[in-house]
Amino acid sequence: MLQYEVVIGLEVHAQLLTKSKIFCGCSTKFGSPPNTQTCPVCLGLPGVLPVLNREAVNFAIMMALATRSKIEPYCRFARKNYFYPDLPKGYQISQYELPLSTGGYIEIDVNGGIKKIGLTRIHMEEDAGKSIHDGSADTTLVDLNRAGVPLIEIVSEPEIRSPEDSVTYLKKLRETLRYLEICDGNMEEGSFRCDANISIRPVGEKELGTKTEVKNMNSFRFVQKALEYEINRQIEVVSGGGRIIQETRLWDSDRGVTVSMRSKEEAHDYRYFPEPDLVPLEVSTEWQEEVKKKLPELPDEKRERFVQEYEIPEYDAQVLTASKALANYFEESVRDYRSPKSISNWIMGDLLRELKLSGTDIDDSLIRPPHLSKMIKMIDEDVISGKIAKTVFEEMYRTGKDPEAIVQEKGLVQVTDEGEIEKYVSQVIAENPGEAEAYRGGKDKLIGFFVGQVMKLSGGKANPAKVNEILKSMLRG
Amino acid sequence: MKITRKEVEHVAKLARLALRDEEIETLTNQLGNILTYVEKLNELDTTNIEPTSHVLPIKNVLREDEERKSIEREKALGNAPDRTEEFFRVPKVIE
Repeated sequence: MLQYEVVIGLEVHAQLLTKSKIFCGCSTKFGSPPNTQTCPVCLGLPGVLPVLNREAVNFAIMMALATRSKIEPYCRFARKNYFYPDLPKGYQISQYELPLSTGGYIEIDVNGGIKKIGLTRIHMEEDAGKSIHDGSADTTLVDLNRAGVPLIEIVSEPEIRSPEDSVTYLKKLRETLRYLEICDGNMEEGSFRCDANISIRPVGEKELGTKTEVKNMNSFRFVQKALEYEINRQIEVVSGGGRIIQETRLWDSDRGVTVSMRSKEEAHDYRYFPEPDLVPLEVSTEWQEEVKKKLPELPDEKRERFVQEYEIPEYDAQVLTASKALANYFEESVRDYRSPKSISNWIMGDLLRELKLSGTDIDDSLIRPPHLSKMIKMIDEDVISGKIAKTVFEEMYRTGKDPEAIVQEKGLVQVTDEGEIEKYVSQVIAENPGEAEAYRGGKDKLIGFFVGQVMKLSGGKANPAKVNEILKSMLRG
Repeated sequence: MKITRKEVEHVAKLARLALRDEEIETLTNQLGNILTYVEKLNELDTTNIEPTSHVLPIKNVLREDEERKSIEREKALGNAPDRTEEFFRVPKVIE
């Protein structure tokens, strides 16, 4: 059977976290009552002039720098003409032949290796409003609060080869935007949206096949599923002797299929031309330098620093830098008690597991970094055993209390006093004469059984190392 | 320069203009004449002239990211041919 290679290019629209819209002073706040954040400019009323928001440009420059793109010294805006009810002016102000930046790349992890996905361009544009299909048979409702919210569109080269890599790329892109604090990356609310251009070609073929564009994938899971579906569909069409039609297809998550969107086919003649209402934008080297100074540490840099500075494994650094909030949490914990690897273990293990189970953000975790590091310090100083720590941890997670207070209240302090431990040990030996005999007869493995019994008797409070030591000597004796 | 009847029909469709047959005829002629007239510019030698991208010799006109009061919803919806309490209402858009 003929083997096919998959070719995917992704277009991402990211809403920028400015306070006001890109060309007017209306608020960009999400979730306000419909049509309360509009003005003559974003409503497209006659006679108004757009004025570009400086912060939106700064944010776009940040993303261009973070992706090592080339910021063009001269760019301008263009009108993209089409009719749609949520587009009040009849055109979208976008950028066309002279975008803000070109080139650049995103590095993604692919099967343990690193792959560079090239970027074609990053450009700025305004968002459209929102159409609400309220179930009525013959009308659609329109909310223009979103019309004019600043967007950057990040276009990748067709260098992605699988649905998995697409998701990895998107996650990396979103992580970067969030680190920069220029986009909240919320796919459900639509502040991070993705369209995919997909084609297939026989392995070895140089020329690109006819592509389809898939839209409406508002979660990473849907991106994966939609791309998988679309690839299979194309392979089936081609293997059956058919031809792929260049078209836009919508992902239908209820049915798990992509559906042709014929209504849009004709509309692809956008008649772009330079926007006469806006003057050109020239981003000087000085401007770039100014923004560069404000650029925070990016995920890759942070990961490398974690490995070097805290001497934790690459894997740990990867997990801990997955979000800025998590990375900060780790660093705060380490600042209080410098035991990076054990702190990393607790965060990656128990903490992340609990947070995931309860669907809580790290920022909302009741356990704050000082308490986590204090608890780990108590383990290291033999105040509590690792086993007891689990109980303390659960209590901390539930109540947010200081671990010391929990240990005091519940009487969980580890027993290290030898006299005390000897008492437990003698009791256990006395209660299990048969096993004691067998141990003396050479069944060394039974030591585990005895340790278990002693720990149980002490309510988990006995220091395991001491228990082991005392058991061995007393069993022999 | 000639413009074809087909091109006129296409542009009209994109602009959502319903044209009668004789209008298409007239416009094909008129638009052709305009294009021919503008073509005169090609007679000029522009080899060493920078393309004009904007008629104003200014750049980087920016505003600070400050929120300003929006207009009242009643005003925003006021001119709409059809509306509800909160929304503009338009004929059904098929997705």
